[in-house]
Amino acid sequence: MKASAAGKSHNTYRIALAPYSAWSVLFVLVPLIFIAFYAFTDNNFEFTTENITRFFTATSNLVQDDGSTQEVRTYLLIFMRSLKLAVISTAVCLLMGYPIAYIMARAKEKTQKTMVTLIMIPMWMNFLIRTYAWMTILQDTGIINGFLARLGLGEIHIIGTETAVILGMVYDYFPYMVLPIYSILAKLDGRLLEAARDLGCGSFSVLRRVIFPLSMPGVISGINMVLIPSISTFYISQKLGNGKFFLIGDAIEGQYVANNLHFAAAIAFILMVILLTVMALIKYVTARCVYGGD
Amino acid sequence: MKLSAKIYSGIIFCFLFAPIAVLLIFSFNEAKSLSVFSVFSLKWYKELFLDRNTLGALKNTLLLAASATAISTALGTFAAMGINKLRSKWYRAAMNTVTDIPMINPDIITGISLMLMFVFVGRLFGASTSLNFGTMLIAHITFCTPYVILQVLPKLQQMDKAMPEAAMDLGCTPLGAFFKVELPEILPGIITGAIMAFTLSLDDFVISYFTAGTGFETLPIRIYAMTKKTVTPKMYALATIIFFVTLTLLLISNVVDNDDSRKVRDMKKEKKRKEK
Repeated sequence: MKASAAGKSHNTYRIALAPYSAWSVLFVLVPLIFIAFYAFTDNNFEFTTENITRFFTATSNLVQDDGSTQEVRTYLLIFMRSLKLAVISTAVCLLMGYPIAYIMARAKEKTQKTMVTLIMIPMWMNFLIRTYAWMTILQDTGIINGFLARLGLGEIHIIGTETAVILGMVYDYFPYMVLPIYSILAKLDGRLLEAARDLGCGSFSVLRRVIFPLSMPGVISGINMVLIPSISTFYISQKLGNGKFFLIGDAIEGQYVANNLHFAAAIAFILMVILLTVMALIKYVTARCVYGGD
Repeated sequence: MKLSAKIYSGIIFCFLFAPIAVLLIFSFNEAKSLSVFSVFSLKWYKELFLDRNTLGALKNTLLLAASATAISTALGTFAAMGINKLRSKWYRAAMNTVTDIPMINPDIITGISLMLMFVFVGRLFGASTSLNFGTMLIAHITFCTPYVILQVLPKLQQMDKAMPEAAMDLGCTPLGAFFKVELPEILPGIITGAIMAFTLSLDDFVISYFTAGTGFETLPIRIYAMTKKTVTPKMYALATIIFFVTLTLLLISNVVDNDDSRKVRDMKKEKKRKEK
């Protein structure tokens, strides 16, 4: 009797999972297939590779600083720029975020909780508004320049530079770097550090040889969580870059607004393929460097 | 904490809170300037409450978030219960992957992919615009549900598996065992999941942007439209209000979570004492 009751309840659980399974297939998997479908078809839904080739071959004239023009591959240039800004932002997030995660992990339990909440609070402010607030701080007539003027110092131009775009990305995604690293560091076994010290490690080599390698899973998930949204962002570049630094996300949005759905899908498809490759690569490299002997 | 650590934390938190401080302060500015503060006033809050479009967008946002939260919480809770009992390794791995996809994929890809499907299906039925409240709701449920599952699943795994069985042995129906034993155990996870779903839905811009029709405007979409032109401090007043509402929700979910972890700690202590 007991076995049949257990079997019955097991069936109930299968039924409980059914709606979500169906939902995931319909609204997670099938839509991804639609990206590929649109990317490889034209307006009449006939097969074509034109959208993909257009990404790699479309050219436009870029005006140089000296006024001369240069022919460039439009979308390759946009993609390389997105990649560059995203990589720099991720690196800055890591350099700024690791120390704060480390400080948090070593603080008293109560302080830790407060600091985690403080790191999370900006995430709950809409990112459009956060970005816009930076714009009003940085612009030529903004708060920073007003402050500098009062001190009798000259103006600085930040808005419309790559620095501003990077700053926006770092600001928006900083918590995604800190929190995973912190959660690993907080769980670190203190005895390992003692052992390292007893065996003659200085505090820097404890950090380099023990703490940092052990925190790698947090670092990796932090890198993923910053790199992916910053490579695909739009809006930040439009606002803080004055529209001068068109990124891959802006390209997709632009094609969507212009109703070129097939080309928008092609860019999204290429982005997806590249991101999957990058993530697999990160996983492979860390598996070899961290876990496979040194 | 060392002095250097204190200084570094100070600098980081200044950086994190600078734009928020600017926003809070300038929402109370009498003048229209977003860089020079003149006199304290509630003028922009008053204007905000007279702005019908913004209030309409607020109503839409709340309606959408409430519906998406209700559905994704139910869907996610049942899914977590199912996943928890899965015996097939393959099925479990498949469910975990499918749950990860909306969280790992960039928002823009999730948004575009759903939009393409909706447009295509709409065309099949001959509709000129297929994006509306329904499509947005589907999109929001899709990206909220994984977060609910992620909150509920650990609570199910922590629960003593013998408890529902004991209830059934004592004469409970499976449904009765669920309501009397399982549900109270996992409720904190469900509440945290629901709050996360609600705040994510409130805050989402990118996915909404691609799946919203022209007729249905949410707050983030309205903010996007507003920032295309010059912004008045009215938007800052709006941001301030949203900020405090989400902050309150966050604190509530923290309290729920703390209560729960205290309960777990107490239970463990009790167990240890009995073992002795």
